[in-house]
Amino acid sequence: MFYREAGDFKTSYSSDQQTFPIRLDRHMVWGILAIAFFVVPFFINDYWEKSVLLPFLVWAMAALGLNILTGFCGQVSLGSGGFMAVGAYACYKLMVAFPWMNMFIVVILAGLITAVVGMIFGLPSLRIKGFYLAVATLASQFFLVWLFNKVPWFYNNSASGMIVAPERTFFGIPLTGAESPSWITYLFCLTLVVVFAFIAHNLIRGRIGRSWMAIRDMDIAAEIIGVPPLKAKLSAFAISSFYIGMSGAMMFAIYLGTAEPTEAFGISKSFLVLFMIIIGGLGSILGSFLGAAFLTLMPVLLKNVMVNGFGWPADLAAHIELLLIGALIMFFLIVEPHGLAQLWRVTKEKLRLWPFPH
Amino acid sequence: MSPDLLNVLEVILNGLMAGIMYSLVALGFVLIYKASGIFNYAQGVMALFAALTLVGFQTGQIPFAHVINAALGTHLDTWGPGLPTLLAIILTMGVMVLFAYVLERFVLRHMVNQAPIILFMTTIGLAYFMEGFGDLMWGADVKTMDVGLPSGGSTWLESITAGWAAEGSNYRGMYIDVLDLWAAGVAIVLVITLTLFSQYTKTGRALRAVADDHQAALTVGISLRTIWIIVWSIAGFVALVAGIMWGAKSGVQFSLSLIALKALPVLILGGFTSIPGAIVGGLIIGVGEKLFEYFIGGMIGGATENWFAYVLALFFLMFRPQGLFGERIIERV
Repeated sequence: MFYREAGDFKTSYSSDQQTFPIRLDRHMVWGILAIAFFVVPFFINDYWEKSVLLPFLVWAMAALGLNILTGFCGQVSLGSGGFMAVGAYACYKLMVAFPWMNMFIVVILAGLITAVVGMIFGLPSLRIKGFYLAVATLASQFFLVWLFNKVPWFYNNSASGMIVAPERTFFGIPLTGAESPSWITYLFCLTLVVVFAFIAHNLIRGRIGRSWMAIRDMDIAAEIIGVPPLKAKLSAFAISSFYIGMSGAMMFAIYLGTAEPTEAFGISKSFLVLFMIIIGGLGSILGSFLGAAFLTLMPVLLKNVMVNGFGWPADLAAHIELLLIGALIMFFLIVEPHGLAQLWRVTKEKLRLWPFPH
Repeated sequence: MSPDLLNVLEVILNGLMAGIMYSLVALGFVLIYKASGIFNYAQGVMALFAALTLVGFQTGQIPFAHVINAALGTHLDTWGPGLPTLLAIILTMGVMVLFAYVLERFVLRHMVNQAPIILFMTTIGLAYFMEGFGDLMWGADVKTMDVGLPSGGSTWLESITAGWAAEGSNYRGMYIDVLDLWAAGVAIVLVITLTLFSQYTKTGRALRAVADDHQAALTVGISLRTIWIIVWSIAGFVALVAGIMWGAKSGVQFSLSLIALKALPVLILGGFTSIPGAIVGGLIIGVGEKLFEYFIGGMIGGATENWFAYVLALFFLMFRPQGLFGERIIERV
């Protein structure tokens, strides 16, 4: 009754082509953005920032990136952790080399560097497909992590082999380091994520996104109708790595503040991002956010319930958490293999017909 | 022969032994992939789980002792002196068959006709689940596995090879772990048994029929569900063997499940669908990474074994995208 296209008349091409063509969608997006930008910063505290909001935003960015590659272009990648490491180390080197540079530019440059690395590691995708490619991308994961461990230039010869984000200010307010207030780090990440989610949403509606989807659906047929596979696949790798690199940079500089490659960017992180997009929904921008939210919030919730609520020992809770996450993933894949985004799609369909479903 | 040459020979031999250990894990992958088209990431965790269960039976641990203690405040630990090794192995095999049945009943049955990536993700979920379950059941501490296999350097090989070096050189002979030799023997027996089983038994023939064509197998009256339970049980058996070998070599602990990651390049090198491919791929990877570490690793910082296998496999794939022994990929529009 309320959610419908009918009656929402378009009188110009630009309103016909706008990002969210249904009025209620538009209002909802603006509403959520208004709350996220103008309400949350006033109520945010350190706990919410460090354990809920920042991880959510960082992983949402990574999930967006992987969704472009896997969900839209159909190339399964298990190298996300390695690309996040590239973003983080590029960010570190840039921050140290150019202390005056605006952090937005640093993060975006780190993303661009990752895009170049991603394109190099994307080259095998022209010849290898499917699971063979998935395993081949593991080469980038292990090689990059090894590289950042072994070459002292990347961590400026620090004795511990870790990189620590130097303190940088953003228009006079400390953004990185221990002194930074919660709201500024949150707003910084939020701005980046919102802007680039918007860009991604429009990219996939355009020519380049359509060529990705053609490659995903059947690459030989796409090639025959004139989609260049080289361009489509490499651009998907580049743009996906760009997003993942930015997420790595944000994770290191803003969220964690320190990083070392083996733990922070290990293979488990690659799997985590892949889980996010599968649970959220392959080939859906909204799905990237839903998946990231589900997999960052659920462990926090479980931990709160089991350790603080029931008072169980932490190691036992960790095992149960592992077991529950595994079981939930299997459960989700059985009942809704198209992810949480599909649930939302079904809800929308129902809402359009409500209250007269026939 | 000069000592340098003998050193290289020793590195190659050790690489072959390591390769066989990788192949043991890769075998389980191939079996399941052939029969059900599922790329089973949980194979490594299955090996860990089987090893944990075996040690648990051997030492007489009470399952879920941690959970019961935490919930009821008791102090349970063991129920007795434990079972003899052979009985423990048979019981563990029973647990793995039960696991295959439960898995088929509650997960696989609902996953028919799903995209391969979804099936793959399901097995990753399964890996998480089993890891948590194994830890809950038997505890997460590092355990030692003792099934009566000998270990340590082979003095026999050492004394023979010591005589090969030129007179006056200080060469002491090669060091090969006896356990690795045992593993090689076990792997050979395992492959021969599996081949005989799939060639000459009725069940084996049904397995090959399902591997060839699911629908055709269904139409001639082969029950897919039974076949899946059998295949996962066999994979559980292979996991048990791999778990025993790896557990005896490096202790039963979480890192055991990571051998699955080592088996992946072996798989893509050999091809997902070929049992000989898994063996040959394992040998190539084992020798390749040991030689690379020996000749080049030292120059660029060492620990190249983490990634070299993948790069080697990637290099091979550039020329044969379906792996060395994989079936030719034919694509049609």
